[in-house]
Amino acid sequence: MLSPGSGNTVIKSKLIGRRMFLITAAQAVVMVGVVGRLISLQINQATKYKSLSDKNRFREWKLAPERGIIKDFFDQELASNEPLYQVHLVPENVKNLNELFVRLKGILNITDKRVSYLKRLIKKQKPWEPVVVSDNLNWSEFSRINLFLHELNGVEPIVSVARTYPDNSSAHILGYVSQISAKDLKTKKYLKDLSVPGMTVGKTGLERKLDEKIIGKVGFQRYEVNAFGKRIKQIQINEGQAGKSFKTTLDYEIQKYVNELLQDKAAAVCVMDVYNGDIVSLVSAPTFQPNAFVHGLDRDYWNSLIKDGKKPLTNKAMSGLYPPGSTIKTLVALSALENKIIKPSDSFRCKGKIELHGEKFHCWEKKGHGIVNLRKGIQRSCDVYFYEVARKLGVDRLSETAKKFGLGKQVLSDFTEERAGVVPNTKWKKKYIGQNWYIGETLHSGIGQGYFQSTPIQLCLMTAQIANGGYEIKPRIIFDKNNNDLRDYIKHKNEKPNEPLPTDLLIKNFTLKPLFEKKENINIVKDAMFSSSNEPGGTSYRHRFEDPKFTFAGKTGSSQIKRFTEAQREAEVKQTDLKYKDRDHALFVAFAPYKDPKYAISVVVEHGGSGGSAAAPIAKKIIKKVLDRHDLRQEINYSKGDSI
Amino acid sequence: MLRSRSIQSSFGIKDKIKSFDYILVLSIFILGIISMFAMYSTDGGEFKYHTNSHILRFFVFFGLFFVVSLIQIRFWHDKSYLIYIFFFLLLLGVKYFGLTSSGSKRWLDLYFMNLQPSELMKVGLILFLAKYYHRVSIENMNSIRYLFTPIIALISPLLLVATQPDLGTSILIASGGIVVAWLAGVRIKFFAYSSIVFIAILPVAISFLKPYQKSRILTFLNPERDPLGAGYQIIQSKIAIGSGGLFGKGFLNGSQSYLDYLPEKHTDFIFTLFSEEFGFFGSLFILLLYALIVSRIVIIGNMTRSTFGKLYCYSFATAFFIYVVVNMMMVLGLLPIVGSPLPIMSYGGSSMMAIMLGLGIVMSCKIYKDVPVN
Repeated sequence: MLSPGSGNTVIKSKLIGRRMFLITAAQAVVMVGVVGRLISLQINQATKYKSLSDKNRFREWKLAPERGIIKDFFDQELASNEPLYQVHLVPENVKNLNELFVRLKGILNITDKRVSYLKRLIKKQKPWEPVVVSDNLNWSEFSRINLFLHELNGVEPIVSVARTYPDNSSAHILGYVSQISAKDLKTKKYLKDLSVPGMTVGKTGLERKLDEKIIGKVGFQRYEVNAFGKRIKQIQINEGQAGKSFKTTLDYEIQKYVNELLQDKAAAVCVMDVYNGDIVSLVSAPTFQPNAFVHGLDRDYWNSLIKDGKKPLTNKAMSGLYPPGSTIKTLVALSALENKIIKPSDSFRCKGKIELHGEKFHCWEKKGHGIVNLRKGIQRSCDVYFYEVARKLGVDRLSETAKKFGLGKQVLSDFTEERAGVVPNTKWKKKYIGQNWYIGETLHSGIGQGYFQSTPIQLCLMTAQIANGGYEIKPRIIFDKNNNDLRDYIKHKNEKPNEPLPTDLLIKNFTLKPLFEKKENINIVKDAMFSSSNEPGGTSYRHRFEDPKFTFAGKTGSSQIKRFTEAQREAEVKQTDLKYKDRDHALFVAFAPYKDPKYAISVVVEHGGSGGSAAAPIAKKIIKKVLDRHDLRQEINYSKGDSI
Repeated sequence: MLRSRSIQSSFGIKDKIKSFDYILVLSIFILGIISMFAMYSTDGGEFKYHTNSHILRFFVFFGLFFVVSLIQIRFWHDKSYLIYIFFFLLLLGVKYFGLTSSGSKRWLDLYFMNLQPSELMKVGLILFLAKYYHRVSIENMNSIRYLFTPIIALISPLLLVATQPDLGTSILIASGGIVVAWLAGVRIKFFAYSSIVFIAILPVAISFLKPYQKSRILTFLNPERDPLGAGYQIIQSKIAIGSGGLFGKGFLNGSQSYLDYLPEKHTDFIFTLFSEEFGFFGSLFILLLYALIVSRIVIIGNMTRSTFGKLYCYSFATAFFIYVVVNMMMVLGLLPIVGSPLPIMSYGGSSMMAIMLGLGIVMSCKIYKDVPVN
């Protein structure tokens, strides 16, 4: 049975051959299948798989760009960058996260709270996206990390740059930067591709206004990585682009000086070039530490800022709303002159108060000022005179003039925190309060009380536009060399009003807009302001400069917080007798020098009492300082070549 | 017949060498050389452990191939059962003395190499069944009595290998055995019955599978199920092959393997690496070399007079084809990932030894093609 015959063998061979043929056919089919698959993968879908392979290979790390620098008029850095020592952590390179944090806690000063925050963050992110463990290390901590680095897989010491401010003097106008928040990402489109760990954005002030340009372009390092995410080699590096630097019109020296003067006060100061609108100084007090915001704010410090009644975080120069008080009298007088309601010589008798429809309107001088004309009205700041003028003028004509001179609208552009204030008139009241205007309110408006609300920067602009002869200027805080011709033009017009203008000046400045009907009216107001500051009986006479180089013309003001009761008035209660919170805000506006106006200033001291005693002395010191530095400023204004 | 026997038995060594199938020898050699380059690339362009040892193994077992070739086919026929039993004992040895690595017990420590007897069994079973069916007459082929021995011979090593556990190799061993039986003339009906039984016990078998084996099957059905876990290998392999395109990324430039995205690139995924670096045309060349080898073995089978030789060559050719195709389909994402090396190309001494032994016996069939085995 097991010894087959040869015939059997032949049949067997045939059978085997037949079956092998079937197998061979099947093999051919399978081969076609394999080749088909190769064609499909390597030819038809090659592009898809090539890109998948590159996605595997390359990984990008974003590099935070360096923020542009903000300089003052003399190229002093107001906001600059400093080296920053950080510790980053790449979660995918960490073997045991819990163990690592225990180790890190031994080396660095990190709280349990921070650790649990980081752990949550790591869970949310991609494993190769770094997280910032410690944002701002000092050198000794940083070198300690480097010492232990070989035991800390996944930890990367990073030297980066961070915002730093030399001091707190310009904190409000510069603003501050802080970590990108979810809200920032939603509202600011330019941040879309910028989310780099440790990146900061401008939150207020110039930092916010300029953020889009100052923030720079994110760079990246492209690495080839292996399957474990380990960097094998750097393929490409793009350093990104440092943000644009900006030169401002501010004078750091004056900022510091003003800041010192305002110490312990809740106050605001604005100084402006009357010809080109350059803002020389803009200070709000009390100030805060912008550096504290860069690396995540300390809760205690934040609470102390929030609870402080003097509101250190508010930029009072732009966002503080104050009734302009008697400073508005300049515009009331001007408006009345322009509208030919009064002549400068028209006079009223001030008996300390007037009565209108049974309501009493008091002058600040209880005894009264006697016979008062326009010049004396401004000089003594006689309320009764302006009640009378305002009554004749009407609030609508007054509001027109006030708006022309810059009240009731934002002075600078793109500062989210700047307020517009209120210039009331009959329409405004109907629209926003829903009531009819009544005449008593016109009287209040005539002395800058009632619905009137203005910011210090608006008052400064108002004064500057009176000072330069009544021409509109566009205040600016970013230095612009090309826009300095206005000065020559206005000067020419003021000095030689009857001579024709040089044609080149005309061509350059055809948009110049006078704010007056009759130039003489501006001069009348300026002269009255001069008397207020420099003639006996003037409200700021005590704080005048004799030297014509510094002589200024100003107007005091005080805005009432609480109405005086009749009883208080009878008892002759003084401002200093009141509680701090109930005292009037002290205001002062001025321009200097009187003969050849160069700068305008506004000072507001919250709850300072009267403008003459609280605001004017501060203004006097600042005017001196600003004028002392005028020549330095001019050198830059008229120097050739670009300084930025 | 007697005459021819005496002529062939008294072959001089020169005549023997002359009657080698040189196309087959050359194909094997070229494939060997290619495999060395591929191995050099898996080592990142260096002669490290893998490359050195692969080159050494190739030449040692290529030598074995010649030695085996020169031994009379009658010897291989006579010793078939013995060889099978020897390999079976080695498998048993693995069960008791085997080395365990990554959860499975597959190797015997022979000091100079770690031997994987399951690889040898691939050839051993074919030898055994070829001899068995050589001796069974055509009338008895389908009687139940003569099905008994082959089933035992097939199932016993299968169970040993499957429980190592090594699903891939056990399937490949089985496929070799089934091919011999089918070629020998066992009725299709029988295979149909067995597949019904197989399908019936499949759910039971699956319940015995290790979790990782189950997940591999599920992963094959949907690789994106767990892209970073079990599906990772298939996805990365497809990316590597696909990104190779028409001409490949160039020698030593396969980023997928160089950056360690490819798992087991020395062994099961060596074709992926080659395909990534040499593209569609390179892959096609490899495929043609394998096709050439298979077809030469079939041609040798055609020449061989003895049923044993025919059965052995055809079966080995088919098994060889299955090894190649299963590996390729696996890395191309057409089959689940089961451990199966690519013959000659893959790193691994036992696989190389088994393939060279098998090819050597084929060559012996060629040299002694006219010698009757009994």
